[in-house]
Amino acid sequence: MFHWFEQRPFFFAVLVFVFVAFAGIIEIIPDFAKQSRPTVGTKPYTLLELAGRHVYIKDSCNACHSQLIRPFKSETDRYGMYSLSGEYAYDRPFLWGSKRTGPDLMRVGNYRTTDWHENHMMDPASVVPGSIMPAYPHHFTNMADIETAYAEAVTVKKVFNTPYDQEGMPKLGTWEEAQASMLEEAKLIAADMKNQAVKDAVANGQIPEIVAIIAYLNSLK
Amino acid sequence: MQNGAQIEYDYSVAKLFTFATILFGIIGMTIGVILAFQLAFPGLNNLAGEYGTFSRLRPLHTNGVAFGFSLSGIFAGWYYISQRVLKVSLKESPFLMAIAKLHFVIYFITILLAVVTLFMGITTSKEYAELEWPLDILVVVWWVLWGVSIFGLIGIRRERTLYISIWYFIATFIAVAMLYLFNNMEVPTALVSGYGSWIHSVSMYAGTNDALVQWWYGHNAVAFVFTTPIIALIYYFLPKESGQNVYSYKLSILAFWGLLFVYLWAGGHHLIYSTVPDWMQTMGSVMSVVLILPSWGSAINMLLTMKGEWNQLQTNTLIKFMVLASTFYMLSTIEGPIQAIKSVNAIAHFTDWIPGHVHDGVLGWVVFMIMASLFHMVPRMFKREIYSKSLMDTQFWLQTTGIVLYFTSMWIAGITQGMMWRAYDEYGSLVYSFIDTVTVLHPYYTIRAVGGLLYLIGFFMFAYNIYKTITAGRVLDKEPVNATPVAA
Repeated sequence: MFHWFEQRPFFFAVLVFVFVAFAGIIEIIPDFAKQSRPTVGTKPYTLLELAGRHVYIKDSCNACHSQLIRPFKSETDRYGMYSLSGEYAYDRPFLWGSKRTGPDLMRVGNYRTTDWHENHMMDPASVVPGSIMPAYPHHFTNMADIETAYAEAVTVKKVFNTPYDQEGMPKLGTWEEAQASMLEEAKLIAADMKNQAVKDAVANGQIPEIVAIIAYLNSLK
Repeated sequence: MQNGAQIEYDYSVAKLFTFATILFGIIGMTIGVILAFQLAFPGLNNLAGEYGTFSRLRPLHTNGVAFGFSLSGIFAGWYYISQRVLKVSLKESPFLMAIAKLHFVIYFITILLAVVTLFMGITTSKEYAELEWPLDILVVVWWVLWGVSIFGLIGIRRERTLYISIWYFIATFIAVAMLYLFNNMEVPTALVSGYGSWIHSVSMYAGTNDALVQWWYGHNAVAFVFTTPIIALIYYFLPKESGQNVYSYKLSILAFWGLLFVYLWAGGHHLIYSTVPDWMQTMGSVMSVVLILPSWGSAINMLLTMKGEWNQLQTNTLIKFMVLASTFYMLSTIEGPIQAIKSVNAIAHFTDWIPGHVHDGVLGWVVFMIMASLFHMVPRMFKREIYSKSLMDTQFWLQTTGIVLYFTSMWIAGITQGMMWRAYDEYGSLVYSFIDTVTVLHPYYTIRAVGGLLYLIGFFMFAYNIYKTITAGRVLDKEPVNATPVAA
């Protein structure tokens, strides 16, 4: 039977496609809608958190840190409640990671503070002796790309109906309003930091990457 | 050919891809060794500011070796093998020749742009699909060009029946096209909102769905970049180099269709104990074990091709490369299913056993087979004898030692880590803090880095040997012929 196909490239290619696509159709499609329903209390990221998430992605933090707590006692003891599907409803892309060179960060906002992260990014071994994480001093001098964060939020609101601007949800507003609200959020974080250059930048209306990424990490609960 | 007329094959594009293979191999593997040393000696992270950290280099390494090195080698193999088993020269069709050259140029530019953008931190963060949307479009363009080349050459063929290698190339083309398109569905945010960076996009899928599509893709990038095209290479080059017929036609059919049918189901094993539905996890686990059958089917078919001719292992280093490649394919395809068993996965997932598994597969199987292919092709394309057989032999043993150091250290590291994470004392508290599980790995990370370095040195030997073959090898008056496949 297969011999017939080996002399007819077109039908051969069609048969290959059917064989390969079969699993995807059966596995992926049925639960697609169900899994994207948010759990109660899950909210989209604020603009500053989104900007921080971009920093997290830019420096591939997910290459070494997972954001997925498996349902084992050893993991819930170490990191907190195991992950639920709906908690990721606003994660585009997902950031589960595939390797834990460092610990899981799914609920890091519950047990680490702004100044801990500040020290950790500047010199990881200063807070965790023996850490093999690189230092990220450039987070203190690079400015976060807040405009792209705004662009993403506007896009997901428009295209995927992400509930921004609804009651009890993060606000977007116009670009001017968005900048003002991001700066306000940044000021709260900078108040807990020691680095004078960062404090000065925020006072001057700028938002360094470190402020954004801390906002994001603090939101992981 | 029956009428005795010799077809004059055109190797210009195969040669271009050969050079690209070596160039991207050197870049990708060098970065890999740097990464390995960074894990053992973290001080090496901040030598080049933000551009030299592990986190920036890691996607560069995976993209560089998978899509730079491996795909170049696969394309080089395609432009060499296709003409021969289809009995047609690229020269006969100016159109297909132009397509092939365009394929190379756009491909090469894409990989260079990938290097630049990843260094800058422009990434979607999805593993092996990190490139942002403008580059994704370029990838689709050269993939389609390759498709035109495949079906174009098949269209003008003189050999009626498609040789096994061609089946695998077709499967590679179709499956990767499907997987890549669906996983890279994204919305450019600047186009929708009018604000922000034009190169930024947001994934079409969210959370668990995104994970599902990503690992459906990610696992099958392994299937259709690291498996099927490499099998295509070995099905041509091993019989050709040894002068033996493929052991069993029936087994090759069974293995081929079996592999295509089962492979995609196995993607779920990346998501065991995650938030995807339980039945998918179980399916991923079970199908991974079933996958042993078609995988070993191909590997056994290859090894038995050497039946009665095992003495060639002593006389022909190239056969050694290919037999070892098949053996590592078997090792890797038994290791994968073991890791996919739920209870083993609970320990292995997130640990160094996973990169260990990937690397015994790619270093032992993919890279060995691609190097062997080039060793076979280069003397025929450039009409020169291999420059140094003893250098080849040294390279073989150096790299084999490197692989063994790599996977043994990572097995130990991974299992150690997995066991330490779950260790409880008699009062029911966790015994180790996370950092304990990191610092304990230092010796294994060092061994792995040394193993990687040996392998890299071997690759430089390979590059040198090929370079000297092309420039200073003894000129052959006619191509070395070892008969079969399809006896030319």
